[in-house]
Amino acid sequence: MAGSHNISRRDFIKITTAAVGTFIGAAIGLPAIDFLIDPALKSGKTDAWIPLGKLDAFEIGKPTLATFTRSTVNGWEKTVNSYGVFVLCTSDTETLVLSNRCTHLGCHVNWNVDKQEYICPCHDAQFGINGEVLGGPPPRPLDRFSGDQVKVEDGTLLIHFLEG
Amino acid sequence: MWKKLFAWLDERLALNDLYKATLDRPEPKGNWWNTLGSASLFLFLLQGATGIFLSVYYTPSPDHAYDSIQYIMNGVAFGWLIRGIHHWGSSVMVLVVFIHMIRVFVTASYKYPRELTWLIGVGLLLCTLGMGFTGYLLPWNQKAFWATTVGTAIAGSVPWIGPFLLKALRGGTDLSALTLSRFFAAHIWILPAALTGLIGVHLFLIIKHGESEFPGKDD
Repeated sequence: MAGSHNISRRDFIKITTAAVGTFIGAAIGLPAIDFLIDPALKSGKTDAWIPLGKLDAFEIGKPTLATFTRSTVNGWEKTVNSYGVFVLCTSDTETLVLSNRCTHLGCHVNWNVDKQEYICPCHDAQFGINGEVLGGPPPRPLDRFSGDQVKVEDGTLLIHFLEG
Repeated sequence: MWKKLFAWLDERLALNDLYKATLDRPEPKGNWWNTLGSASLFLFLLQGATGIFLSVYYTPSPDHAYDSIQYIMNGVAFGWLIRGIHHWGSSVMVLVVFIHMIRVFVTASYKYPRELTWLIGVGLLLCTLGMGFTGYLLPWNQKAFWATTVGTAIAGSVPWIGPFLLKALRGGTDLSALTLSRFFAAHIWILPAALTGLIGVHLFLIIKHGESEFPGKDD
């Protein structure tokens, strides 16, 4: 062996050990970091078109409750949540779809036929037939599904439902 | 700059002395059989690291143990890798520790002044087997359940104190949530703590006495 390529046995062992150690550390360490932060990298957002029923089955001028359930999986635990929307057909083709979740604290509002108002049983919030706030603590009108969140296919009314 | 920093740290932490005592100590002429102790230590650290990672998702309850492992295997990025290393690493560790023991026996390295290093090594072997036994139950599948049923029943066959041992191991007469949680506690706290302490003394004694020379033809 000649010239500057000489490397002592000790240095060779040191460098090799360091290189192999670094390789093993990275091969386990980098996947381990991904393993740890994996839940933070999942979006958890889902969306789906939910059929609410035949459009002509909804009575014109009368808010009708349509309910559906959605299941979410957190880790290995599945949770099923119930949702409800009020469908109001204003004409043969025009619909107004309102969420039944009170915008105050999320209780389910009911349609009161006598008063022609949505009433929240929790804090007596009142909403008009179009979802506008008439009284009580709610900060904003009932959420509505409008525009491209609503469609009719083969006579069935669908809403575009987003979660997460 | 770095030299000054190192000198400052060295003066306070004795880094050079530590390095010389652990990695630069004089060794008798040996061969690859002498590396099994270091291999055991590496496997212990590997099992410790992967085990800590697994505990992030694993849930030691009959309702969740099996599902949480299914989730680790299929739902978490590189979960299959972390669990795979832990699963196979346990078998490799038992094997390597056992071969290490045989090597020490064959080269008569347990003799004066290393008798206590050997005895502590026996404790380390038993703890390693205990880790294997307790870890085997944690997936809470059929194999785990019945293997532990049989294993604890064997402890129950000891004369006089058998029934007591069986109930102490199972946390009751039957395998239950209590068995799972006490095996989990043993697997991640009690046995690792014992192993860590024993490894510390084992290593101290090895550094203190140095490695034994292979016996020659005259011995």
